[in-house]
Amino acid sequence: MTPTAAPEAAPDAAASEAVPAPSAARASAAAGGGPVVRTQKLSLTFQTADGPVYALSGIDLTVEEGDFVSLIGPSGCGKTTLLRVIADLEQPTDGDIQVNGVTPHQARLERAYGYVFQAAALYPWRTIERNVTLPLEIMGVPQAERRARAAAYLEMVNLAGFARKYPWQLSGGMQQRASIARALCFDPDLLLMDEPFGALDEIVRDHLNEQLLNLWNTTGKTVVFVTHSISEAVFLSNKIVVMSPRPGRIADVIETDFPPDRDLDFRETQAFIDVAHRVRMGLRQGIADDD
Amino acid sequence: MNVRIDTTAPTRRALSRPDPWCAATLLLGVLALAFPLGAATDEAAAIGWLDRPGSLVALLALLGGAGLGLARQAGVVRGLGPAGYGFVLLAATALAMATALDVVHDLGAAATRGFWLVVLASWLIAWRAVDGVAAFSVRDLRVQRAVDTVVPAVFGLTLLFLWEVLTVGFGVPQVLLPAPSMIGERIASSTGTLWADFEQTFLKAVLSGYVMGCTAGLMVAVLVDRVAFLKRGLLPLGNLVSALPIVGIAPIMVMWFGFDWQSKAAVVVVMTFFPMLVNTVAGLGAADAQQRELMRSYAAGYWQTLVMLRLPSAMPFVFNALKINSTLALIGAIVAEFFGTPTVGMGFRISTEVGRMNVDMVWAEIAMAALAGSAFYGAVALVERAVTFWHPSFRQRR
Ligand SMILES: Nc1ncnc2c1ncn2[C@@H]1O[C@H](COP(=O)(O)OP(=O)(O)O)[C@@H](O)[C@H]1O
Ligand SMILES: [Mg+2]
Repeated sequence: MTPTAAPEAAPDAAASEAVPAPSAARASAAAGGGPVVRTQKLSLTFQTADGPVYALSGIDLTVEEGDFVSLIGPSGCGKTTLLRVIADLEQPTDGDIQVNGVTPHQARLERAYGYVFQAAALYPWRTIERNVTLPLEIMGVPQAERRARAAAYLEMVNLAGFARKYPWQLSGGMQQRASIARALCFDPDLLLMDEPFGALDEIVRDHLNEQLLNLWNTTGKTVVFVTHSISEAVFLSNKIVVMSPRPGRIADVIETDFPPDRDLDFRETQAFIDVAHRVRMGLRQGIADDD
Repeated sequence: MNVRIDTTAPTRRALSRPDPWCAATLLLGVLALAFPLGAATDEAAAIGWLDRPGSLVALLALLGGAGLGLARQAGVVRGLGPAGYGFVLLAATALAMATALDVVHDLGAAATRGFWLVVLASWLIAWRAVDGVAAFSVRDLRVQRAVDTVVPAVFGLTLLFLWEVLTVGFGVPQVLLPAPSMIGERIASSTGTLWADFEQTFLKAVLSGYVMGCTAGLMVAVLVDRVAFLKRGLLPLGNLVSALPIVGIAPIMVMWFGFDWQSKAAVVVVMTFFPMLVNTVAGLGAADAQQRELMRSYAAGYWQTLVMLRLPSAMPFVFNALKINSTLALIGAIVAEFFGTPTVGMGFRISTEVGRMNVDMVWAEIAMAALAGSAFYGAVALVERAVTFWHPSFRQRR
């Protein structure tokens, strides 16, 4: 297993061919030079039959280019909602948000981000390979290029032998890995991932954590990553956003400065344990406020 | 078939209740021997079992089959599985039924108690045989599939056998219900007429109407889905109309489009249009929220989303309509011909021949309609399986 091989191969292939949309998105992010995501007093209230639900309240968040930001918090604290607002899948009721210096809507049209949903959301009539190439088909990438990229990213998520299978012939964990390959394969500069490894077992999860860290190191992508797991958040991120519920708000932001080439053993070090402790304190505080 | 006779001590299974089918068959068979096959008439004496050695052999085969069943149950005969036994019984049944058909065609209404008891016994044994064959299971899928067709085939043949024997043996008037053999003879002797009718009704009216109606329904559904006010206005109307007995418009279509097949095709178009419209509109909404949001996240356009997501996920609904419509189309075209047609067509033939008391021809047309309708439906179902293989209702079979 050579974790670096696949992620390097694919972006190279991408660079050699003219791929209109992703490169346009990259250009706009680079040209702006500002933060990739910036929210100011962002609020979102759902009107439900049982009255208003304050999913987000006064969120001030800045994600710089190349950041790996984890959103962590108890369920119902608005992590998914925040990610969906960034992705223009949900409209805020108050406050400002900019993605790549433009509105989320504009950014979505520029195909600025790849979104990994909590469930795999694969299309059952497409093979795994053609599920992975779906965004490329939509963006008009030629077939040979599509297949090369699918092969590279399926290799990366350890699904090389399953290209011709249908999603329902695979386990839930394998389906989720395929959906990660799908989000990566059009090489977006911003990855929005909603508990992508939540359904996976510990071993696969560790492996994918390493792969993702590696991808982030080698490509400099910006990642916003929702998780329930403290150790996952601390291991992967350079910025941990601790959220608390009712109303959904930011309780603490912890920036870390860990060596970029850290491996899984880094989780045993004192530096790691200290940060994990602070995250745990922040989570506890959020729940205590609630009572 | 490895039949081993074992004379060692009886097993515990011997104590269980004897197989009711086999026991009843044995009883009926032995009872049958006490009666003649055919009644005495003025010219001839009663026909006994010894006058018809073939029947005696057939009866003994039935008795042997039933006896074997009881012996298996008692543990006297080992090494014959339920399926194997089913096939043995099938052979005995085939012999008994063939002989019974032969006898009843000779004796006609003179057939009497001895004969009817044998018919009853062969029916019971056929039932028991199907029960056994249905238990058959092998690894080889192709063999399994072939065997799976045996059960419905035996079922159908048994029905035909009973129909034939009852109509001939009781001398049922042909006008009320002709025997299958008569219908078969009629089919064989009028293939020219039947083909002409098939061509007129099925190949011209049904197929063209079906293709036009279903295509139009599909395309209008896409339009209705796109245009909000159509969805609010046209869809409730479609639901209403698809619940109406639309064949009623047949006379009007004849007035508009003339006597030939075009007016029948028009009826079929109207009948198939609304089920396709209603189903497809429902199908276009079948993709789940996350599948749609995925498309949105790629900034996919309307047509891309339609072709790559919404139409594929609508396919189970579309095929539902295609299957319903395959039946509706045939009914529509046949009934529409009752209201005026050139002197050819399945509906035309049925309505004129029934007036002439040529009921066997009516039945021949009905048989052809049944065959064409089933084949049509089956073909659509096969395409469905190929297109929507991914749907949970088909996955297991892949
Ligand atoms: N579409 C919606 N309509 C109403 N309430 C919603 C909707 N989506 C989320 N919520 C509510 O908003 C809150 C935050 O949800 P979510 O962002 O999914 O939390 P998390 O991902 O942190 O578990 C929850 O209380 C949830 O019930
Ligand atoms: Mg969530």
